[in-house]
Amino acid sequence: MTSPLKIRLFQTAFFGSILALWFGVTETGYVSPIFLPKLTVVAKKFFILVKSGEWISPLSITLYEVACAYSLAIVTGIFVGFLVSRTRFATRVFEPLFSSLFAIPLIIFYPLAMLFFGLGVGSKIALGAVVAFFPIVLNTISGFGTVAPIYQRAAQSMGASGFMLVRRVLLPGAFPVILTGLRIGFIVCFLSIIGGETLGSLDGLGHQIVFNAESMNTSGMFAWIIFIVLIALGLNIAVQRLEKRGEHYK
Amino acid sequence: MNDTTTSKNTVGNSTNPPPAIQARNINQYYGVPGSATAVTALQDVSINAEKGELLCLIGPSGCGKSTLLNIMGGLAQPKSGELLINGTPISGPKPDDIAFVFQESPLFPWSTVLENIKVGLEFRGVPKTERADRAWKALEDVGLKPFAHHYPSQISGGMKQRAQLARALSLETDIILMDEPFGALDEQTRMVLGEDLSVMLAEAHKTIVFVTHSLVEAVFLADRVAIMTSLPGQIKEIVEIDEPHPRKPDFITSPKFNELRNHLYTMLHDEIRKAVERENAVTDTRGKR
Repeated sequence: MTSPLKIRLFQTAFFGSILALWFGVTETGYVSPIFLPKLTVVAKKFFILVKSGEWISPLSITLYEVACAYSLAIVTGIFVGFLVSRTRFATRVFEPLFSSLFAIPLIIFYPLAMLFFGLGVGSKIALGAVVAFFPIVLNTISGFGTVAPIYQRAAQSMGASGFMLVRRVLLPGAFPVILTGLRIGFIVCFLSIIGGETLGSLDGLGHQIVFNAESMNTSGMFAWIIFIVLIALGLNIAVQRLEKRGEHYK
Repeated sequence: MNDTTTSKNTVGNSTNPPPAIQARNINQYYGVPGSATAVTALQDVSINAEKGELLCLIGPSGCGKSTLLNIMGGLAQPKSGELLINGTPISGPKPDDIAFVFQESPLFPWSTVLENIKVGLEFRGVPKTERADRAWKALEDVGLKPFAHHYPSQISGGMKQRAQLARALSLETDIILMDEPFGALDEQTRMVLGEDLSVMLAEAHKTIVFVTHSLVEAVFLADRVAIMTSLPGQIKEIVEIDEPHPRKPDFITSPKFNELRNHLYTMLHDEIRKAVERENAVTDTRGKR
């Protein structure tokens, strides 16, 4: 009944009907092209965009920001998370602290980031890194905290040094949970960087959307939106692939 | 590795090597002494494990058997008392002399059976080139070769314990401490593993301390059985099982076996009663709060 084929079929049908609705309301002139341009026009603009190579520079700017912010978040998140997880006291002090900070919409600090780091890539890297830090540090703390004590006792009984214990027992033991943090961290990092770019920027994918919207070029804006959606989908699939690799660790 | 300690000779004379394990006046308690939550786990426990013998510790749940075993292996420190391995006092794990087998599987779920054994050898400090050979040999000894590349989640509980035993054997220590290694297995699997263990031990000449709940297991495997009292844990009596290894399955049906088992049963019965009553009392006071 719920074969994967059937599920795919319904997903495609759902997606197709949204496109059909879009096609219907715009072709009949029911909705003004200022608000929602014709699907055919958007498709044409999208192909022109892809062909022109105009996307190369904004995409590389955004990916550069994501790469910098995400690596910063990974290094600091795992390092701080590991240190905090070492004592029960530190865990009880910092875990609730980080959890509540994670619940704050950190984008409210973005104007401050722009003030500190300017309109260029700096402010996006700062925002993305801070936002991604929290899910990574929280999952690292809980990951290291939940490695079964029996594994550590066994390793110690076999003479494992402190370094071996971390490398052979604690890291692989905590890995599945940390991986979840890395996936969530990546998603929020990407989201907040695109968001930051739409709020104030000089370049990048988000910047293109605002630029087109402000020039009343709605169809151009939609072409960019579709482009970003496809990039986001691609990145998400890549991250999921990576997470699958960690399945044996459970 | 074998004979570095005999020359140190802190006890005994040159003709009698010191026992593999000597526990002297071990005391262990948890909580603040005198307070309501204080528990005396072990009180003035002294026991030796001679070289090459299989010593069984048996007693009611929570009598401190596992605590004593962990102290023997240096995984826990007693509040007072002394522990000597081959005549030398220890104050921490001694991976060169002692390997552990736990009730709960300590096999790393992220590694295959073979990798699990190799990582143990890495911890122990065995050169990389030797690890594979030793791991494969240990797997052969326990009959797990076909499952070398399986992950622990893909094999049965009995196989996991075999794999764990292989890991302990591969470390080539003189002493193996086993904490209810077959405790989580069904009766039939236990029996087969017990017989196999008896055969392996007869060849290996290792000193084994074996914690169990099972009277049958104790009589079948042990050279001596130490019966422990319920809290505070003390050694109540030590029973000799005078029967050569490897022990045959028909030993279990012999009158001698029954006699020994019945004797252990009688000795243990009162202690188990006491332990259960104490546990009930604890639950009662908790319920009243």
